[in-house]
Amino acid sequence: MSALPSYDCLGRVFLRIPRRPGAQTPRVQPSASENTLQIQRRHLLGAFAAAAALPALPRAARSSETWEALLARASGQTVWWHAWGGDPKINDFIAWLGTQAQARFGITLNHVKLSSTAEAVAAVLAERDAGRVTGGSVDLVWINGENFAAMRAENLLFGPFAESLPNWPLVDTVGKPATVTDFTLPTLGYESPWAMAQLVFEYDSARVAAPPANMAALRDWIIANPARFTYPQPPDYLGTTFLKQVLYTTIAEQALLQAPVDPADYDRLVAPLWDWIASVTPALWRGGRAYPASETALGQLLADGEVDIAFAFNPGRASAEIAAGALAGTVRTFTPSGGTIGNASFLAIPFNASAREGAQVIADLILSPEVQARAQDPAILGFQTVLDLVRLRPEDRARFTALDLGVATLSPDALGPALLEPHASWTTELARDWQARYGTSP
Amino acid sequence: MKAGLHMHDLRITAPGADAPFVRLDGQVPPGQVLTVMGPSGSGKSTLLAALIGSLPAGFRLSGAITLNGRAVTGLPTEARRIGILFQDPLLFPHLSVAGNLAFALPRGLRGAARAETIEAALEEAGLGGFGPRDPATLSGGERARVALMRTLLAAPEALLLDEPFSRLDAARRAQIRAFTFATARAHGLPVVLVTHDVQDAEAAAGPIVSPFAD
Amino acid sequence: MILRAAPALVLSLMALPVAAGLLGTIGPALRPGALEALLAWPGLARAIALSLVTGLSSTVLALAVVVLILATLSESRAFTALRRLLSPLLALPHAAAALGLAFLIAPSGWIARALSPWATGWSVPPDALILNDPFGLSLTLGLVAKEIPFLLLMALAALPQTGAPARQVLAASLGYGRASGFVFAVLPALYPLLRLPCLAVLAYGMTSVEMGMILGPGLPPPLSVQVALWSAQADLATRPLAAAGALVQLGLVAAAMGLWLLAERAVIRLLRRATMAGLRARALDAPLAALALTLGAGLGGALALGLAGLALWSFAGSWTFPDLLPQTLTFTIWQRAGMGLTATTLTTLALALASAVVALALVLALLEAEARQGRRLSLPAQAILWLPLLVPQIALLPGLQALALQLGAGGAAAVFAGHLVFVLPYVFLSLSAPFRAIDPRLATLAASLGAGPDRRFWHLRLPLLLRPALTALAVGLAVSVGQYLPTLLLGGGRVTTLTTEAVALSSGGNRRLIGAYALLQMLLPTLGFALAILVPALAFRHRKAMQR
Repeated sequence: MSALPSYDCLGRVFLRIPRRPGAQTPRVQPSASENTLQIQRRHLLGAFAAAAALPALPRAARSSETWEALLARASGQTVWWHAWGGDPKINDFIAWLGTQAQARFGITLNHVKLSSTAEAVAAVLAERDAGRVTGGSVDLVWINGENFAAMRAENLLFGPFAESLPNWPLVDTVGKPATVTDFTLPTLGYESPWAMAQLVFEYDSARVAAPPANMAALRDWIIANPARFTYPQPPDYLGTTFLKQVLYTTIAEQALLQAPVDPADYDRLVAPLWDWIASVTPALWRGGRAYPASETALGQLLADGEVDIAFAFNPGRASAEIAAGALAGTVRTFTPSGGTIGNASFLAIPFNASAREGAQVIADLILSPEVQARAQDPAILGFQTVLDLVRLRPEDRARFTALDLGVATLSPDALGPALLEPHASWTTELARDWQARYGTSP
Repeated sequence: MKAGLHMHDLRITAPGADAPFVRLDGQVPPGQVLTVMGPSGSGKSTLLAALIGSLPAGFRLSGAITLNGRAVTGLPTEARRIGILFQDPLLFPHLSVAGNLAFALPRGLRGAARAETIEAALEEAGLGGFGPRDPATLSGGERARVALMRTLLAAPEALLLDEPFSRLDAARRAQIRAFTFATARAHGLPVVLVTHDVQDAEAAAGPIVSPFAD
Repeated sequence: MILRAAPALVLSLMALPVAAGLLGTIGPALRPGALEALLAWPGLARAIALSLVTGLSSTVLALAVVVLILATLSESRAFTALRRLLSPLLALPHAAAALGLAFLIAPSGWIARALSPWATGWSVPPDALILNDPFGLSLTLGLVAKEIPFLLLMALAALPQTGAPARQVLAASLGYGRASGFVFAVLPALYPLLRLPCLAVLAYGMTSVEMGMILGPGLPPPLSVQVALWSAQADLATRPLAAAGALVQLGLVAAAMGLWLLAERAVIRLLRRATMAGLRARALDAPLAALALTLGAGLGGALALGLAGLALWSFAGSWTFPDLLPQTLTFTIWQRAGMGLTATTLTTLALALASAVVALALVLALLEAEARQGRRLSLPAQAILWLPLLVPQIALLPGLQALALQLGAGGAAAVFAGHLVFVLPYVFLSLSAPFRAIDPRLATLAASLGAGPDRRFWHLRLPLLLRPALTALAVGLAVSVGQYLPTLLLGGGRVTTLTTEAVALSSGGNRRLIGAYALLQMLLPTLGFALAILVPALAFRHRKAMQR
């Protein structure tokens, strides 16, 4: 029930990546200073227990004079941040961030509310084609996945910049590999992470006594409870994520997902997936003759009592909605054994941004513990942090431990492993395949 | 200077036609009424339109019209100093009776003089004190009288009447007709009356023409 | 002298952007492979059928209901009440109307809640495909409900030109019932004046992106919705697909219009035969009047109820199925929306006032030039004026966006120009009939009293047109407030209005926020319509003839 089936809450969209023959997935080449830091971290981690205090690490790469100079240039700039505007909680958060940026750095932050990240990509593309190489209208984009791949392929991004940010060392690049690898594409500093996402299933505990333990049990549950489950219509990002989640449990070899799709093998590999989907489709909500358009439309179905089990990319979404009074208090979350797909949300800066320095300051600000903790607060957003709590100062770590995760949020231990996002070509092929099989109702 | 309204070999041709359907050559001295008669649809109103300067596009006019020595053919309506009364009084609905009369007055006249002129005109028509009234609340006869006074207040040099009495009931008709002719005569205006009613023609007591082609 | 240039100015203002937009969007469609790719899409036949069927049926139904209302209910108390109900609905933006209706008819919506669980036994919403049904019925319902107020307004503006009361009295004296009298005596004079509004309604109904997405089916969606989806994707490969789709959509609209004109001829022939047969049908009057009242009040009431539901959602705390009313009320959403609301509202207001006032001035200049030259606008010229209404926005705007980028234009000025292009035809539609309906003899009289052309305009025509002009201004305001694609694409995302915010937020499915924004979106045009009623009533309170 949305005006534009949005592809995008966290920046993903259906995209076909042109395959260049002979291309290999480039490997990450860490810089020398980063190597030193890695070794330092491993030593320190080995030496202290998790609860031990850890001093703040020295600023990496960029010397403090250069960052000061950048701050000076950024002061007085206006940064136009193009980000999905469908969730008022996110809009409020960005507005709050703007007040912080104004107070601390004299930067004006304007939120351009998008229905889909593709709009920003299209805008930068159009500007590039029109010859506008400076003074672009987009300074900062909330982005990941196929959109990021598209902008990199077209050389539309400024960078690398992420690893030069003062707060970069706090990012948990080891425990959360999704912060440096975006849908198998290394970010190489062209985008800076700001929130972690992981697929979680939400259910109404008043109506579902025991949630399914794994994906196979989920299938049985759907068939036993007709018309009480559905997924968003691909190519919506959450819909394709659901397909990828099922694919993970049905594919012969999971490692194949990290490589691009091999057309010769594709049909054989996805056959079990389509069997799974075919077996549940008649038992879906509306008998599979209609699908919700987006993640939030699916959430509305759960709130209206039209489905009993839904899912979302934000483990804290259910608690946040309950706190806002929009969801019944009996809703809880679960993850199937075997793990669920997880990824990160990033900030990228177009090559022709007019407020490049201000954008970097914002990216750094959003990585600060104070802002990350505020984002994780379920009363505010409920987004999981990208930071490694172990590396924080005690007072910063306390901000996180003091947070009440929320009545419906699983603790980090109970969340289960995060499965890496498959190569972007899988998303494309699955969406296309789904459209061919189910895109026209009988 | 030749006083009165002169129509020199006026011919009006309808759009797309070859031959004119109206041919009129004549003159109307001041104070006299020329009655133009013809069956319905013959073009009486078009003739008046030609005289007043509001011929619809497509109609062709040849010949000349002079008024008190002044050539008025080709002049816009507002410059001709010819007044017209239609079948309906057509008082401006958004103005009061006084407002309607004031519309006709020249800009130069202001303030008290303006108000006095209006009141005098109303008195002449037997409508003293009707100034602030809403035209929609007047009877047909009262409206016709206001319309006439309005036309006269613009100080025209000629008057055209397009069947202005046909909408009135029999009793009022004679009264208004007599009043109109008497006032026009008193002001020394040449009048062209268009009608299909014989009684109107008789009351006009002037020459009658029927300048329409069959 | 300026006045003589007015028609040329206005026509080029309409024609050039449309031409530029079309070229810019269709260009990619003619590249090789685009049409083939489109034909390869399995949902094409369905999407085309949906577009045609929903567009044609909704237009026919809306016209039928309007004719029914005029035929059976004119001059009655019920009519005035119906008018009062339907006129404010003109101000309701299409997206808000669709969302309200969606909440009303959904299985978990208000009607179901009113009937559950006592009548239906449902404790959870039933699994029924009412909303987004595959045949497009709910979409048709929404379109019909939203277009009736518009067509009614156009008909009422045109009716004085037909001398309807006299005709109806005449027909009644010959023994015809009210309905048959209207259909045989008035409709033939009224319909030609309604033809272009009908075609505009047809074009919109076939190509509405907002209503199609909210109420229409998803598997596959109507063609224009799919084109919008393809355009929104960052993948360059889908751009030619979208362009080809836009081209096909244009062709469909043209074909549907041709079909409409052909059907017109057939219906006229039928009517003539019936007229000759002397069908009195007096007995039909009462049932038809009841039908008209039911349909008009029902559809208008559905929209109003839907809006009320949205408004209630904006104050709702927790509101689960099957509760008829929210369990708690709260101001949270309004407080949240309050931040940044002032700036957005001011921008919307400024844009709407600017485009509506300029459009009104241009239309008045155009009509006055027409009156002074004594010549109506030629038919091709009139067609150009209606171009922005008849060409789907989805086909124009991407091209215009590219053009604006090339020219370096952007921001508020470009958005204002874009709004002007789409507002002016509506202002013209609602003002032209009343303007031309002024008795030409009044102007002749005024001239004979010595008033020159300027004085005749300012002191005669304008006062007489006060109500129609203010109504046209209100229509212009409503159209500007409801514009989505022009503001979004021409403003580069920098210009935020209430509608762009509402659509961006509606993609989040947050009904509470949608309710708040729907209310705000209605506020401005409602004020405009209220002024259009109040100001003339006040100014002409002592003039009975001006109060019709």
